[in-house]
Amino acid sequence: MIQFFKKLVKSQLAIPLFALLLVIVFNVIRDIGFFSLNITTNNDGNIVLTGNIISILNGASELAILAIGMTLVTAAARGQDISVGAATAIAGSVFVRVLRENEITMVVILFAFLAACLVAILFGAFNGTLVSVFKIQAMIASLILFTAGRPIAYWINGGATPTVESPLLGYIGSFIPGIPIPTPIIIVVVFGTIVSLVLKFTNLGLYTQAVGINEKSARLNGINAVLMKLLTFMILGVCVAIAGCINVSRIGLINHETILLDIEMDAILAVAIGGNALSGGKFSLIGSVIGAYIIQALTITLYAMKVASTDVKAFKAIVIIAIVVIGSPTVKKFAVQLRDKLFKRRKKMTEITENL
Amino acid sequence: MIRKRGLNNETPGIKKKEPISSISLLLTITISTFVAMYVIAMIVWGGGFLNPQQFLDIFNNNAFLIVLACGLTVVMIAAGIDISVGGITALVTMACVVYLDDKGGSVIGSMAMALGIGLAFGLFQGFLIAYLDIQPFIVTLAGMFFAKGMTTIVSVAPRTATNEAFMAIKNFRIVIPGIGSYGKAGNFIPARIEPGVIVALVVVAAIFVVLKWTRFGRNLYAVGGNHQSARMLGINVKRTKFFSYLLCGLLAGIGGYVYLLHTGAGNASNATAAEMQAIASAIIGGSLLTGGVGSVIGTLFGVLSLKTISNIVIASGLREPYWQSITTGLMLCFFILLQSVILAVREKGGIITMLPRWLIPKGRKTADNEQ
Repeated sequence: MIQFFKKLVKSQLAIPLFALLLVIVFNVIRDIGFFSLNITTNNDGNIVLTGNIISILNGASELAILAIGMTLVTAAARGQDISVGAATAIAGSVFVRVLRENEITMVVILFAFLAACLVAILFGAFNGTLVSVFKIQAMIASLILFTAGRPIAYWINGGATPTVESPLLGYIGSFIPGIPIPTPIIIVVVFGTIVSLVLKFTNLGLYTQAVGINEKSARLNGINAVLMKLLTFMILGVCVAIAGCINVSRIGLINHETILLDIEMDAILAVAIGGNALSGGKFSLIGSVIGAYIIQALTITLYAMKVASTDVKAFKAIVIIAIVVIGSPTVKKFAVQLRDKLFKRRKKMTEITENL
Repeated sequence: MIRKRGLNNETPGIKKKEPISSISLLLTITISTFVAMYVIAMIVWGGGFLNPQQFLDIFNNNAFLIVLACGLTVVMIAAGIDISVGGITALVTMACVVYLDDKGGSVIGSMAMALGIGLAFGLFQGFLIAYLDIQPFIVTLAGMFFAKGMTTIVSVAPRTATNEAFMAIKNFRIVIPGIGSYGKAGNFIPARIEPGVIVALVVVAAIFVVLKWTRFGRNLYAVGGNHQSARMLGINVKRTKFFSYLLCGLLAGIGGYVYLLHTGAGNASNATAAEMQAIASAIIGGSLLTGGVGSVIGTLFGVLSLKTISNIVIASGLREPYWQSITTGLMLCFFILLQSVILAVREKGGIITMLPRWLIPKGRKTADNEQ
C-alpha cells in the first residue's frame, strides 16, 4: 500500500489527482449536498440522472475531447494549437449547413459529421504542414487560423446563426431514451477508450513521444518526424469535429462568434494541469482528461458558491496558479529538501535519546 | 593593428561583402513591405490615403497597441510569451475610470495606479516564470484570466470618465505645423496627434536604446538565443527573464493608460484579443518566438502594416468585419512563411532542405543526408 502511494506521488498523475482531491474535499467541507444525485423525468419523459457531478461530467465533454487531441499535439510538436476554438466553429458550421440542406435522418447526421471531420482534418493538416514542414512554432502557425477561423465559419452559413431542430440531434446532445446518462459523457468514454487502445496497440504513442523528446534522434532511428507531427494535428482535427458536433447538437444552433469561446486556453490548461510538459515529450491522456474535469468542477463549484459568471475567471486564475506553483520543479525540490532536513533532525534526536 | 585593418580595407580588387544579419534582413523586409503597401494604396485608392491625417490616425488609434507590442517584443526576444497584456489593459482602464470618478482621484494618482497595476502583474508573473520555472504560457494565461475577472469585479457596467482634469488631457491635441489637408470649404485643417502617440513613440525610442546599448538589452538576446551558453558566459539568466516580464508588465500598464487616453472609457471588453494582435505585430516585425531575434522598430512597422491592411480592406469596399480578420490572417500567413523560408535558406543553404524527402529531386543533398 505504501509502495503504491510512493509510486503514485512520483508519477505524472500526482498533480491532477491531488488537484481533483482538493476540489472534492473543498466541496465536502462546504456543502455535502453538492454531490447528491437525483433520478428525475425530463421533458421528453425519459428517466435521467441529474446532479452537480453529472453536470460537471457532461459540461466538460467538449473540453475533455479537445484535451485528448491537444495532448498528442503538445507531445509531438512541442507546442500548442490555439486555433481549436475557431476550428470547432468551422466544423460546427459545416455540420449545421449539411443538416439544413437535407432532411435530418441518422444517415444524414452521420454524413454531416463525416463532412465536418473532413473539413476539420483539412484545417488541422494546414496547421500541421506549417509546423512540421515549414518548422514554424505551433502557436504562431495556429495564430493564422485563430484570427481567420471564426470569420470563415461566418462565411460558411452566410452570416446567420441558424438553428437545427430534430429529436435525433437531442439523442447526441442530451439523452438517448432508456439510458439515464447524458450521451456526451458516453461519447467521451468511447472516444477516449478508442484513442488509448490505438496508442497502446500501435506505435503511434511511442513514436509521438520519441519525436517530442528528441526529434533528431527519432529521425535517425527511422521515424518520419514530419509525418508524425502532421498526424497528431489531423487527430486533433477529428477531436475538433467531434467537439463541434456535440456542442451544436447540445444547443441546437451555431453562433460562430460564441461557440466554445476561449476553449483553446482551457484545453491547454487541461493539458498542463494533467501533469504534461508543454514543451513536449512524455504524455498522459488520462491526466489531461482529469485536468478537463478539474476545470469544469472548479467552474461549477464557483457557480454553486454564487460567484457571478463574469467574475469566475479571477478565482479560476488563483486556483490555477496555486496548482502550478505546487507542481513546479523548484517548489518540489524545496519541499524534498525541507523534508530531508526535518527527517534527519528527528533521526538525530532519536539517536541522541537512545544514547542517553 | 589599426593601420593593418585600414590597409586591409583599402586592398584594391577585393571587396568583401558583409552578410546582412537576420535581424536587419527581416527588418528591411517589414519596412519595405509597409512602404510598398502604402504607396500602392495611395496610387490605387488615393483619397484618404493621401490625407496625412489618416496616416496619423493609425498612430492615434493604435498607440496602446504599439506600447503593448514593444513589451511583447522584449519578452519574445528572451524566448518567452506574455498573453496577459490585453487583460491588464482592460483592468487598468476600468480601475482608473472608477478611481477618477467615484473616488475623486487625481490624474497623477491614476497614472501611478496604472503603472502600479502593470508592475504588480509583471513582478508576480516574472517571479513565477523565472524563479519557479513555470511555463510562461500558463502563468500569463492565468494572469489574463485574473485581470479580466478583476475588471468585472471592479465594475460590470462600462464606465465613461468625466473627471475634468483628465478630460482636459484626453481632449488635448498636438498640432503638427505645416502638414494637413484642405477641407471642403478650402480651409486648411492642420494634422493633429493625441498625447498617447508621444508616449508610444517615447516608449519605442526607450526600448530601442535599452535593447541596443544596455547590458540588460544584450543579455536578453543572449538568453533568448541560447540560455545554456548565456549561463556559461556568466549571464544571470533568471534575473534577465524576470526583468523582461517586469518590463512587459510595466509597458502593459502604460499601454492601458494610453488606451484610456484614447477612448476615455473603462469596459471589460476593452482591448479584447489585443495580446494576439500585439504578438502578430511583433512577428510581422521580424521577432521570432524561438527567441534571440527581434527589433522594436520592426514591431512598430508591424503594427502599422497590420492597421494599413485594415484600412485598405475598408477602402476597397469590403465593409463586413470578417474581411479584416481574414486578410489579417492571410498577411500573417505570408509573413510567417516568408520568415521561415528566409531563415531556412540562410541557415541550411537552400529552400530544398525544408521540403519533405519525397518532394526532393533525386541526388540532391539534404539536411537529413548530411547528418
